[in-house]
Amino acid sequence: MTDADAPSVLEARDIAKELGQGAGRVRALKGVSLTLNPGELTLLMGPSGSGKTTLLSILGCILTPTEGSLSIAGQSTDGLGPEGLAALRRRSIGFIFQSYNLFPTLTAEENVRLALDVRGERGSEAIVRAQRALHQVGLRHKLKSYPANLSGGEQQRVAVARALAGSPAVMLADEPTAALDSENGIAVMQLLSEIARDKSRAVLAVTHDPRTIPFANRILRIEDGLIVGEERRAEGVETVHELARNRKRKANA
Amino acid sequence: MTVTLAFRNLFHDRVRLAVTLIGILFSIVLVAVQLGLYLGARTMIISMIDRSDGDLWIMAYGTKNFEEAQPISTRERFTALATPGVLSASPLVTSFTDWRKPGGGTTLVVVVGTDYEDGALAPWNVVAGDVTGLGARDAVMVDKTYLAELGLNGVGDTAQIGGSRVRVTGLTEGIRSFTVTPFVFTTLNRARSLLNMPADNLTYVLVKLQPGYEAEAVRDALRAKLPDSEVLTKAEFRTRSLNHWLFATGAGVALIGGAVLGLVVGTVIVAQTLYSSTKDHLNEFATLRALGSSSGYIHRVILAQAGLSALLGYALGMSIALTIVYLSHNTALPIMMTPGLAGLLLALTFGMCAISAVSAISKVMRIDPAMVFNR
Repeated sequence: MTDADAPSVLEARDIAKELGQGAGRVRALKGVSLTLNPGELTLLMGPSGSGKTTLLSILGCILTPTEGSLSIAGQSTDGLGPEGLAALRRRSIGFIFQSYNLFPTLTAEENVRLALDVRGERGSEAIVRAQRALHQVGLRHKLKSYPANLSGGEQQRVAVARALAGSPAVMLADEPTAALDSENGIAVMQLLSEIARDKSRAVLAVTHDPRTIPFANRILRIEDGLIVGEERRAEGVETVHELARNRKRKANA
Repeated sequence: MTVTLAFRNLFHDRVRLAVTLIGILFSIVLVAVQLGLYLGARTMIISMIDRSDGDLWIMAYGTKNFEEAQPISTRERFTALATPGVLSASPLVTSFTDWRKPGGGTTLVVVVGTDYEDGALAPWNVVAGDVTGLGARDAVMVDKTYLAELGLNGVGDTAQIGGSRVRVTGLTEGIRSFTVTPFVFTTLNRARSLLNMPADNLTYVLVKLQPGYEAEAVRDALRAKLPDSEVLTKAEFRTRSLNHWLFATGAGVALIGGAVLGLVVGTVIVAQTLYSSTKDHLNEFATLRALGSSSGYIHRVILAQAGLSALLGYALGMSIALTIVYLSHNTALPIMMTPGLAGLLLALTFGMCAISAVSAISKVMRIDPAMVFNR
């Protein structure tokens, strides 16, 4: 069974979303259907105003669709109120934001622990899990550092660790490389592609950064609120590793 | 983590923290002083009644408080003694009069005359001399708080009341009058003499009951026998005095009003700073919401922030309030602080901060978690 054949962890059917009021009301999404499969890094690409962020907000249970249905990790969102959606988010979804959204008054470790605390995971076990997540993203030596003392790339890695710590079924990233330089952008995408190898998890990244394409298993293209194309890149991850190795070699030369 | 996050949010902006704490501090000090004055006034108003050993008080009709009473006839006392259930009926004389200071000038005093052997009412908190010393010629006792006002230096000094000489043989501490008029303790007969009161007159009869008799029942019996006088239980006389001074004169209402104002000002200041702090951290709260936190979790962060502010503000406010209480200890209008009042202030501080948190919580509840994608 290929990854694509595995049962999906996220399934959206005919999602439509209307935004605004009265004469200013617009249909931002016009019937989007997609599935996210475990073990895959999917990119959602499209021009500004195409509906990328609206779709991400709906898939992340932050916005509710005007029409259509959504199911995450086997649970339908139909009939869930704000608290029910919040519970689904903390159980099954990890977020990575363009501007990292770290808490400036908390250390890297505390930022990760906060996400666990929200899930009701506390005490020494939560500390171990937070540290493990930070080790996984290569920040073993920055546990006690505050965001202000971390580079942009390091801050985004803390955000990845925060999303990862709760072992979500779906990780959603909003322009994860937009605020990073080329090297850090590639490092973060490499990290996401490694995370996506976990057969229990799907990763979706909204981006318009072409540097991210080599890391993807699948690319969805959205325009005017509709998915207009899908490209599967079976060899994507290997290509990425080669790319990273080549960049490192160049840098050392 | 909610307390950690609240603590860090609070200390992240030291200027705002200082404004919050100053707001709480002023509020606490204002409320503590107002309620402390109220308590002090209350204690002064009822101290004579509380310290008396009488179960029932017989007095002239319409007497509103201890100091301002008209004379009644000694017959009332004998009638009381002849009533079933009455163990003793002690006479007490009290009235305002002028005190001539030894160095010249006069001041108003309240002479309280009773025979301490009766045990009905005797000076307490005696810090110099002895109650038995009142038996000596011209002897009086005054409170040390009023020494300067009475033109005295201490025990042994003499002054004049009316045309008679009096000599201070003892001092008390903390027996003060709500009217700020010094009490002068002496014997019953000397009081009559100093006040030019006929020997068949007195101001109060303090009735002590035999064991097993209900105060209300004996009061009713006495009322039937003494149609020209008023008979009140100790509790009724306390209530009447308090109602007169604190509510009929408006003094208590002013003190309580000041305390309420302090609470309102404190609540507004804390609400404002907490609201603006929450506004500054709105993106973080939106992130928390996006991470899946329940609204209860966010409420706890904001309430913890309010609670920590309350604790810090209370500690600072109480230290200043206690200093003021200490400094007022020997003045004519002392501010009181009791464990009960301290507990009430703590509860009020937490209540004030919790109410202040409401605006911040309602702001957070209106945030759109989707804003995390728009930064």
